[in-house]
Amino acid sequence: MDYPCQFCGQPATVHVTDIIKKQKRESHLCEACAKKHQLIPDSPIGPQLNLPALVELLMGQPVSSESAGLTCPTCGLKYAAFRADGRFGCPDDYEAFRPALEPLLDRIHRATRHSGKTPKAAAQRAELETLRGELAAAVAAEHYEQAAILRDRLRQKEGSDEPR
Amino acid sequence: MNLDSLLPNLGEWLRGTGPDVDVVVSTRLRLARNLAHYPFTGRAANNQKAEIEVKVRDAIQKVDLEHRPQYLNVTNLAPLDRQFLVERQLISRELATVLEGPRGVAFDDRESVSIMVNEEDHLRLQVMRSGLALDEAWTEIDKLDDALESKLSYAFHEQFGYLTACPTNVGTGMRASVMLHLPALGITRQIEKVFKALQKMNLVVRGLYGEGSRASGDLYQISNQVTLGRSESRVLTEIREVITLILQYERQARQVLMRERKQAEQDRVARAIGTLGSATMITSEETMELLSAVRLGVHLHLLDDLPPTTVNELFIHTQAAHLQKLMGTTLDGEERNAARARYLRNKLRELGSHPR
Repeated sequence: MDYPCQFCGQPATVHVTDIIKKQKRESHLCEACAKKHQLIPDSPIGPQLNLPALVELLMGQPVSSESAGLTCPTCGLKYAAFRADGRFGCPDDYEAFRPALEPLLDRIHRATRHSGKTPKAAAQRAELETLRGELAAAVAAEHYEQAAILRDRLRQKEGSDEPR
Repeated sequence: MNLDSLLPNLGEWLRGTGPDVDVVVSTRLRLARNLAHYPFTGRAANNQKAEIEVKVRDAIQKVDLEHRPQYLNVTNLAPLDRQFLVERQLISRELATVLEGPRGVAFDDRESVSIMVNEEDHLRLQVMRSGLALDEAWTEIDKLDDALESKLSYAFHEQFGYLTACPTNVGTGMRASVMLHLPALGITRQIEKVFKALQKMNLVVRGLYGEGSRASGDLYQISNQVTLGRSESRVLTEIREVITLILQYERQARQVLMRERKQAEQDRVARAIGTLGSATMITSEETMELLSAVRLGVHLHLLDDLPPTTVNELFIHTQAAHLQKLMGTTLDGEERNAARARYLRNKLRELGSHPR
C-alpha cells in the first residue's frame, strides 16, 4: 500500500508499526521527514532507530513536566504514568488530568466535548435527591405548606419516573 | 449452563437472513460503560472486581427484557469453552485469555445480546444483528443500556460523556461494526482503493476477529473510530452511508465478474466445493478461503442446493473450538486439520451439493 508522508504528503518510504497494549499504530513518513524528526540517522551508518524520537512521534507531543506531575486525588495515578500506559486508573482521572487531556482528546477525536446520549436515570435520581433535600429543609424550617407541595411532587416523581 | 447446547444453533450473527445479507454478514454495536466510584478494571483489585461483578450481575437479573441474558463466570470456564465463546463472538479474546480475576459474560438465548463484565471497561454491552441493521441494533442496545443504567450508577462526565478506561472510547463509548463479505472487490483488485477512502473518513477496517486479526475469507469489519463529539445517530448515519457505497461497489464488481468471466467463476466455485468435499487435511485458513468462494457462488446462483445458512454453519463449525466440541475431544493442530476435512466431507455428502 502507498501511504503519503504524514508530515509533508510526499510518498512515504519509512513505515513504523508498533503495538502498545495490543493497539496497533502506524506511522508513515518520507525519508526527509524521518531524518528531520531524527527517526533515522543522517549518515547511513546502519538501520538504527532513534527510540525516544519514535515514542514521541507515536504519542504525539512530549508530555510537559507540568502535565506529567498531574495526579488523580482518588486513585493516585500520575498523568505521566497514564501516558506511558494509555489507560486511565479511575473515572476521576478525567477531571484531574483535564488541562493535559483536552489537547490529547482533540488529537484522537478532533473534539473535546461529548455529544449524544446522557444517562436518563442519573438525571432523575439527581432531581429526586434535590427534591428530598428541599423537602427536608422545608420541614426543618416548618414551612409545612411548601413541604406538602414538595412531598406531592416527590411522590408523583417517585411513582412515575424512578426506575425500580 | 452447558455450552455444548449452543452447538446446533448458529447464533444471531450467522442467521444468514436480514437486509443486504448478500454482502453484509452482520452488524454489531457495542457500548463501553463503567461504574462510578470504582477504579477501571485494569487497576481494580480482585475484591473490587468481585463487587463490580455482583452489582452488574444483580442488575442484569433485574432488568425487564424479553430475552433475558444469562450470566456465565468466565474465570471458571475451561480454555476450550472460552475459545468457543470467542468464536461465537460473545466474548473478546482479551476476556478469554488475557485478563485476570473475576469476570464474565451474560448473553441471551438468541446470542444477540452480550454483556461482558470486567473487560477493559466494567461493562461492554453488545448487540448483534444478521445483515445490515444499524437502527434495529441501536434501538435494542439503547434500551438495554437504559435498563441497566436504571439499576447501576454509571461513570459519566458532563463534558467528556461516558468515561472509559481508554481515551479512544470516551464519549458515546460506542463502536459500530459491520462485517462485510467482499470477494468481488478482492478479485477485481479494488479493495485497497476502498480501504484508502475509508481511512480518510476515520473508519477502521479489521479482520474477522477484531483488533489485530487479519482479514481471511474476504471478511472485513468496518467500524467507527471517533467516539467523542459526534452523537450516536450521526456516527450511525456516517457509517451507513459508507457501507451503502461499498455495497454498491461490491455488487457492481460481482456483475462485472458474471458478465466477463462467468465460466472462470463457476470453475472457481466448483473447485472450492470439490476441495472442501474431498480433502483429507485442511487448515482453518484454507477452509475460510474456499468457503468465501462458495458463499459468493451461492449469492451469484452458481450453486444448487446450498442455502447461505449452510455456508455459515460450515464456517462456524470448522473453527478450532467448535470442531473439537463436535468431535467431543481435544485435538492438536494436525488432528484438527484431519477432523475438519472429515467433517466437511461428511457434511457436503449429506447435502449432496453440486455445482450447476
